[in-house]
Amino acid sequence: MPVPDEWVRALSAGGVERERAAARLHEMLLRVARAEAGRRSGQLRISGPELDDLAHQAAADAVLAIIAKIGEFRGESRFTTWACKFVIFEVSGKIGRHFWRHPAVRLEPVDWDRLPDRFGLDPARESEWRDLVRALRRAVQEELTEHQRRVFTAIVVDGVPLDALAAKLGSSRNALYKTMFDARRKLRASLVADGYLHETLVRQS
Amino acid sequence: MNSWPALDRFLQTDPRDAGCDTAMELLHIYAEIAVADPRGAEQRHPEVAAHLRACGPCAEDLEGLLAAIRTDLTEQ
Repeated sequence: MPVPDEWVRALSAGGVERERAAARLHEMLLRVARAEAGRRSGQLRISGPELDDLAHQAAADAVLAIIAKIGEFRGESRFTTWACKFVIFEVSGKIGRHFWRHPAVRLEPVDWDRLPDRFGLDPARESEWRDLVRALRRAVQEELTEHQRRVFTAIVVDGVPLDALAAKLGSSRNALYKTMFDARRKLRASLVADGYLHETLVRQS
Repeated sequence: MNSWPALDRFLQTDPRDAGCDTAMELLHIYAEIAVADPRGAEQRHPEVAAHLRACGPCAEDLEGLLAAIRTDLTEQ
């Protein structure tokens, strides 16, 4: 494998030299994409050729992204680690988009009965948490904006993966995470005010 | 300690949390430190560590990157 400077020089060059470097990069990223798709195959309902096709698409798109951003590589890690990051992100994004291909998957009216199970609340002890869940539902309805409520219910109640929701809404992972961050903070404050949770300091590690 | 620790943990937010964009920007640097010294990576980039504790998708990406580094998939 070329050393970092050689990767950058070759991928920044024109003609045959860049084509060769891009082919070597694609070969490496395809190995990583296949391994990553296999590692995450439990999140998917595909395997075999379809999973391999996803890996091929991820590797090809990652090569294009890397060539487009080659000027941003600052040598803060090995070039290959930096390059691998792109293909890992591509696999993530494609798995997110793939989520909606299954005919049984769609956003449906919120089934709030799922909420206790999402947080491991034991049905046998419902008398202990019934009021908490009621307070949480009230806070979701009253404290969150419409957008926060939509994102919260899709991710938490319906169990839609964040990347899949980002693909569905034409948003980004960062934007939806920020929406959820603000929603979590509001809901916690509400449950603390109602006496269901204690005010806690974040662990400094 | 209350009777619903999973909900309690889920609703906790860390003001140091860098968000996905910053974590994704630094993930290759964080991973190279973390593969040998996870604690060192947390100390060097506490804002990324705080984010990775709360964001499943970014934590999953880190696991994938660490797996690629550990198995030397880039060196064959």
